Amino acid sequence: MLKTFKIGGVHPPENKLSAQGEIITLPLPEQVIIPLSQHIGAPAAPTVKKGDTVKVGQLIGQAAGFISANIHSSVSGTVTSVDPVIDASGYPRPAITIKVEGDEWDEKILKEPLSQHPNTFTKEEIIAAINAAGIVGMGGATFPTHVKLSPPPGSTAEVLIINGVECEPYLTADHRLMLEHGKELIAGIELLMKALGVKRTIVGIENNKKDAIEELEKHAKLADGIEICPLKIQYPQGGEKQLIQATTGKFVPSGALPIAVGAVVQNVGTVYAVYEAVMKRKPLFERVVTVTGKSLKEPGNYLCRIGTPLAQLIEAAGGLPEDTGKVIGGGPMMGKALTTTNVSITKGTSGVLLMRQEESSRKENRNCIRCTKCVSVCPMGLEPYHLMLLGEHNKLEALEAEKVMDCIECGSCSYTCPANRPLLDVIRLGKARTGQMIRTRKN
Amino acid sequence: MSNFTISPSPHIHSGDSIEKNMYGVLIALIPAFIFSIVFFGIGAILVTLTSVVACLIFEFIIQKYLMKQRPTVWDGSAIITGVLLAFNLPSSLPLWIVIIGALVAIGIGKMSFGGLGNNIFNPALVGRVFLLISFPVQMTSWPVPNGFSTVDAVTGATPLAIVKEAVKNGQSVTDALASTGLSSSNMIIGNMGGSLGEVAAIGLLLGFAYMLIRKIITWHIPVTIFATVIVFAGILHLVNPVHFADPLFHLFTGGMMLGAIFMATDYVTSPMTHKGMIIYGVGIGVLTVIIRVFGAYPEGMSFAILIMNGFTPLINRYCKPARFA
Repeated sequence: MLKTFKIGGVHPPENKLSAQGEIITLPLPEQVIIPLSQHIGAPAAPTVKKGDTVKVGQLIGQAAGFISANIHSSVSGTVTSVDPVIDASGYPRPAITIKVEGDEWDEKILKEPLSQHPNTFTKEEIIAAINAAGIVGMGGATFPTHVKLSPPPGSTAEVLIINGVECEPYLTADHRLMLEHGKELIAGIELLMKALGVKRTIVGIENNKKDAIEELEKHAKLADGIEICPLKIQYPQGGEKQLIQATTGKFVPSGALPIAVGAVVQNVGTVYAVYEAVMKRKPLFERVVTVTGKSLKEPGNYLCRIGTPLAQLIEAAGGLPEDTGKVIGGGPMMGKALTTTNVSITKGTSGVLLMRQEESSRKENRNCIRCTKCVSVCPMGLEPYHLMLLGEHNKLEALEAEKVMDCIECGSCSYTCPANRPLLDVIRLGKARTGQMIRTRKN
Repeated sequence: MSNFTISPSPHIHSGDSIEKNMYGVLIALIPAFIFSIVFFGIGAILVTLTSVVACLIFEFIIQKYLMKQRPTVWDGSAIITGVLLAFNLPSSLPLWIVIIGALVAIGIGKMSFGGLGNNIFNPALVGRVFLLISFPVQMTSWPVPNGFSTVDAVTGATPLAIVKEAVKNGQSVTDALASTGLSSSNMIIGNMGGSLGEVAAIGLLLGFAYMLIRKIITWHIPVTIFATVIVFAGILHLVNPVHFADPLFHLFTGGMMLGAIFMATDYVTSPMTHKGMIIYGVGIGVLTVIIRVFGAYPEGMSFAILIMNGFTPLINRYCKPARFA
């Protein structure tokens, strides 16, 4: 019996259309727009001005505080603007626009990785390299990685958990990375183990990626303390708390971080970035992005420079299909619908999904028939139907008591509801308001 | 500027719908219906058809002209109410009484609370109990199964009524049942007096299996009811086998199977958590046996379910699912 998490969960059609698509390097764009806020925390402070020439990998935004991350140029060329640009959120945000000229890389970046064994680096060296490279959680949460690697005083990490689950339908970027860069990933894991001082790592991979499981097992044998753990296919297994529960059996308490049970979780994309940062002194300025959709000509996986417009990626995959009704940054369960394809690929962009017109609209919502399906699929053991009702009536204290803040916004409730009720829409709003109420009370 | 749809996540849906669940329940009711036609002949068809058509018409009229809503009669819920009401009636019931039952079920039981999803009590049972109290004679004259035979239908008592009568007269329960010649295999197949849809235990259990496979309902409510009845009736039987019928008799007679599988599991009126469902099931089991053994009526399933329907909001308030922690 394969392991999986204990509470709730759904199994949407996997639709991994691009699973066989080898990672292709996307040609350089003519211009990149690099947001200064690609992470959770304070936006980076620009270190270049209009008219400056920059090289690939050069620092253009300095992390503003501990919870923040450096931003590097992904291209060589001339800075044409440091003014805010409307990004995927629909709001103008600080960004740096660079006109691409050639492809000149910073001299510090190594063409070939260091021959040193990952174990020979010190904890401080590794964390400093990660910090300098501007690495953030690449599964989508974009939390600065160096912060995660510095457990707060009083808590110690015991186990490193690598998230190779990729439970979102359609997405295959992590799958391809594991398949094509298994050796580098294992080296990256060794670096992270050293940085955290842990002796044990569990790599969680869903069983629809048997080839990746085999590949990583092959390389993991040559290292110490790395277990590959195949998991039953179940959404949202890539949720941090769900993955920890599935792999270690431990439940992270309500409101606590994974470190409370001695766990640190890192996505495989992040691990690869860590490998490159330490072994090749390469900052995070490119990532693998899945471009997919049922009508798209050639769904695939592309290595893209940060700041490249989505439109160019879609063009490379055969162009925007005529019947496109919705463009989603990320997967279909938690991704964000975009108003335009003219937004930049960022550190947190795992995929672009083009949905057909007929897949794009919701059906009419009906009366709740109290079928209990939302309760049984909620991976946090909440009662979505009840939270929605409380949300509609703005009962914030009751929402807090019913643990709305535990909601991970995975969407399993809305996905399942036979009456098509917009459960998560209302719960998300209620959660935001409740969070605000809690913060106001604290101050 | 492009014209993409914008909406919050999730962007896909399971495709499940109210209709899929409701029509699934109706498919699950087919085996029992076939058995009832075999046993009770044309009467079973007429009562069921009348009940369903009346429920649909009343729901349509109330939605369209009283509530001024777009009628949703084809969502399947009114058809289920119609079928379940019919299944709880004798097949010889005059059709005008069936129509009154449908009006009470849909009008008072369902629409007066706001329609599908809002009613506190199971509509079909509201209709059934109303008829039982208002038309006690017609509602308790049970045709003995003789299918499409042209011989005039004889009416007889249900096994539960026979037992009740025996206890009242100080007879032994076993003797009373033996005198009717009712074998246990007949009880399981459903070849006995009773409401038209409640007698065929095998047909109802087939429906249960279907609903479990399709994940329309979970096992919690029916299994808890059965287990409670077996334990409670079993204890009584062990204490005094002359006075109290054995637990299997309780399991296979009256509305036990129909009630536990199809009425108590009604989405709208049953609890939202598995823990709550178990409490609810235990309550129904205990109340049913108490009413059957100590109450004035020979059958207690309908009352037990309605009483526990009333407790459902309270159960929901105190039974929370296992939180992630």
